[in-house]
Amino acid sequence: MEHQQPTPTENIELELLLQAMYLQYGYDFRDYSRAHIKRRVIHRLMQSGLSSISELQHKILHDPLCFEKLIRDLSINVTEMFRNPYFYKSMRQNVIPLLKTYPFLKIWIAGCSSGEEVYSFAILLKEEGLYERTQIYATDFNHDVIQKAKTGVYPIKYIKEYTANYQQAGGKHSFSNYYHASNDSVIFDPELKKQIVFAVHNLVTDAVFAEVNMVICRNVLIYFNRKLQNKVLDIFDESILPGGYIGLGSKETLQFSSLDGRYKTVDAKEKIFKKKIE
Amino acid sequence: MNKQTTYRAIVIGASSGGLHALKRLLPALPADYPCAVLVVQHMSPHSDNYMTTMLNMASSIKVKEADEKEVVVPGTVYVAPPDYHMMVEADETISLSVDNKVNYSRPSIDVLFETAADTFGEQLIGIVLTGANADGAAGLRAVKNAGGYTIVQDPEDAESPVMPAAAIRLAKPHSILSLDEIIKVLLKPGFVLPL
Ligand SMILES: C[S@@+](CC[C@H](N)C(=O)[O-])C[C@H]1O[C@@H](n2cnc3c(N)ncnc32)[C@H](O)[C@@H]1O
Repeated sequence: MEHQQPTPTENIELELLLQAMYLQYGYDFRDYSRAHIKRRVIHRLMQSGLSSISELQHKILHDPLCFEKLIRDLSINVTEMFRNPYFYKSMRQNVIPLLKTYPFLKIWIAGCSSGEEVYSFAILLKEEGLYERTQIYATDFNHDVIQKAKTGVYPIKYIKEYTANYQQAGGKHSFSNYYHASNDSVIFDPELKKQIVFAVHNLVTDAVFAEVNMVICRNVLIYFNRKLQNKVLDIFDESILPGGYIGLGSKETLQFSSLDGRYKTVDAKEKIFKKKIE
Repeated sequence: MNKQTTYRAIVIGASSGGLHALKRLLPALPADYPCAVLVVQHMSPHSDNYMTTMLNMASSIKVKEADEKEVVVPGTVYVAPPDYHMMVEADETISLSVDNKVNYSRPSIDVLFETAADTFGEQLIGIVLTGANADGAAGLRAVKNAGGYTIVQDPEDAESPVMPAAAIRLAKPHSILSLDEIIKVLLKPGFVLPL
């Protein structure tokens, strides 16, 4: 189906829809990348056979199920294990040695989606002998993905790719040590969950989660406009203890934020930064 | 070609064979070219920025990998980073996303073209070059529907004819030209460049 030429009216309708969603359900997408939101909303519009965003707004206000669908469309959960393997390799080389000097560690993985990233960190920390003294908080605002993350079960079809990633990331064992296959799925070792707390948390509307030694938030900030990026980075800053770390996605940066200057770059390419000790 | 329109941006989509085509097209543009140029070239998600570095060295116009939230300005070529979709926002900044592949591709030409059409409307030129899939066809139609000017590389002239052919079928572009002719049009006084 072809979407008709966008009009200024459509942009007004979109603004009103986001406002309505916030007032009715408390989800605030007003400072997300508008081009992204618009694409997803129009996708939902075409899926539901409605002819305008205003119609969609009416439906969303009166039908929570319709709202749930849209939320699923708006939260992009694309993820993988050991995504960008060199990020994990750099963690091993440049961050882990320092973290080893701590008696107890807390890590917050924000926007963790269905948990692949969290299990990757659990494996890395285990191999580095740090897991037993680490507490991982893994959060996302999408209930469905947090439920999925808690199971630690993933489709077997990706395992080849994940294995290659794991090896490139400096994995020390055989990746198959960490899961067993069952039909079309792999089930990760429940031991890996021992130190993880999965929780629903919205970075836009909820307060600081915990005081931690490291925040990992990858490929979430790209969906926010600059204002919201800065707000969320300030929340992370509040959460990170002096000398602590933050790891971002490969195209995200602290530059242009209030954190710039107060953090030093550990790995410019892999986007790992360290909070200065004042 | 509508003489009243000033074009402010050009979007280019290419897939297999695209690197060769871009290596001819981009070096033809002068450093002070009065349009911003945004490029999606399909590539492996694991590629580094070698292609961009190489194109930059070969060209007088500045060629760079797009950064997120960067403001789009004339005289610069922005290449979508591997494994990210590139979008243009209403305030003429770039956003990136890792959404699902569109037409089996990330970056996808359609995603760039549709969002750029939304922002630049009739001040946009859309160009679909060589390729072996159908990405870019719907995007080019969006450029045309928004009043922009549309060009497709002549399938006869393209290394891979499938993508241009698909774009021609769906978008019915204003012109179908060889790569040399496309370069001539982009440099023709009174079109993008001043008279
Ligand atoms: C593209 S995924 C990134 C997953 C993982 N961090 C990675 O890099 O592979 C983005 C995630 O951010 C989550 N997200 C988006 N907005 C959020 C918000 N306001 N608060 C918490 N999580 C959010 C989405 O639900 C999604 O799971």
